[in-house]
Amino acid sequence: MRGLAIGPRAADALMPMHLWAASSGRIRGVGPALQKLTPGLPMAGESFADLFRLRRPKGAKGPADLAARGPVKVALTLVSSGQPLKGISVPVPGGGVLLNLSLGIGVVAGAGRYGLTARDFAPNDPTVEMLYLVEAQEAVLAESRRLNRRLEEARTDAEARAVRDALTGLGNRRALDAGLGGLTGPGAAPPFGLMHIDLDRFKEVNDTLGHAAGDTVLRHVAHVLREVTRADDLIARVGGDEFVVVVRDCDDIALLEEIAARINARLADPVRFHGRPCRVSASIGLTLSSQYDPPVAAEMLKNADAALYDCKRRGRACHSLWQPGAPDAAGGTETAAV
Amino acid sequence: MHGLINRSIEAFIAYTYGPETWAGIASAAELPATGFEPLQSYEDTVTARVLAAAADALQREQAAILEDAGHYLVTNPGLPAPRRLLRFGGDTFADFLHSLEDLHDRARLALPDLDLPRIEVTEDVPGRFTLRHAWAAGLGPMITGALRAMADDYGALALIEPGRGRRDDGQETISVRLLESDFAQGRDFSLGRLAP
Repeated sequence: MRGLAIGPRAADALMPMHLWAASSGRIRGVGPALQKLTPGLPMAGESFADLFRLRRPKGAKGPADLAARGPVKVALTLVSSGQPLKGISVPVPGGGVLLNLSLGIGVVAGAGRYGLTARDFAPNDPTVEMLYLVEAQEAVLAESRRLNRRLEEARTDAEARAVRDALTGLGNRRALDAGLGGLTGPGAAPPFGLMHIDLDRFKEVNDTLGHAAGDTVLRHVAHVLREVTRADDLIARVGGDEFVVVVRDCDDIALLEEIAARINARLADPVRFHGRPCRVSASIGLTLSSQYDPPVAAEMLKNADAALYDCKRRGRACHSLWQPGAPDAAGGTETAAV
Repeated sequence: MHGLINRSIEAFIAYTYGPETWAGIASAAELPATGFEPLQSYEDTVTARVLAAAADALQREQAAILEDAGHYLVTNPGLPAPRRLLRFGGDTFADFLHSLEDLHDRARLALPDLDLPRIEVTEDVPGRFTLRHAWAAGLGPMITGALRAMADDYGALALIEPGRGRRDDGQETISVRLLESDFAQGRDFSLGRLAP
């Protein structure tokens, strides 16, 4: 039976990654693309067994053995680089085999590694289209990642801009700054009281019962603060377990102290987390805008903080009114260095 | 028009004329402050507003701006993807020109809503090509600019001229005379990006 015979140029054009080996194991011809895998070492003339290790079919010994098996799928490894190859082996007239090989999915990395170009693939081979798609998908994915990052930044930004504390629903530092700004700015604002509250033993609750218990405590404290104040007072959570309350229209130390005492009275009844009591109390520093002329928000906050630390020193669960000339938070004495 | 096209016009103007110039154009065209999102689609009127505002601010013809934007899209080293993806079209500039017939479908495979032009390519006599497309009104010069950049990329010497205006059926033509395929050393292109 007469078959189809093709010369080496046709073989190169049709199958740029072919390999022709004689039954003796000697390589007789190699496609130009396959040759790119061993730069500097022409494969033709070398021994097949020196350059390649046959992985499939199992137990195949070499070209002569492959030829005896008829058309068969092959998998082999290029010894010099460890590059896996796959393809098909067919016996050729006169003994020996023709292998048409491919890098398989490894072509995505291999194209760069071996400097392959479109000429290394037959025009009917869609590998170049596949490489195009891989690269296009990567570009789209990168763009999509950038989009995600922008959205994430926008979200973070929006959160920072928001004035609510997500856990307690109270105002946050931003809300406090805005509220105090309105009360201490230029122009005659009605007097107000300021309370700086720091929870005692909150860290113990967190450490022994966990963060979920801590969150329960913080929500409970927020609830208590809402109950002991009026609807138009400003309550803000300004740190992990720190709160600031602005009591509007207040120039009354007794009223401020009464509110502070009620807070600790309410906290004395502990909130329960999975049946276990979470015991916290509050150290509360107080100051009145009428103690300043003019009232400055940052100064009032600093002094309320100093009064708060005075409470901590005195033994917690209490409140303290800032006195002009009292020691500041660092333990020194306020000096009027104006 | 797809955000990717709008975004490349934005990137070209911001890169060439500075971010402040772009900000002025964006505000004149009433764009959102964040600029164009590449993966979104926009009404064609948005693109038209941007081009009108850009022509006004830069005191240049819209066609000239678009042509430069097309050139920038292929040559900007900070944006290697368009040039590389176009180079997949073929080994020579002539092959590349023929591959433009697949441009629309190839782009769709990567981004299903990306509407690149459907281009019909005829090689009337060897080396003389006519490209016909009916892309969104007015954006044709962007193709011309990109083609000129691609000719340089391949190292080919070619005369690339837009035909006169748009025909009644909306078709525009671009004529390409390939004078020399290997006029200059083209830029290297390997199918893999990790090529040594």
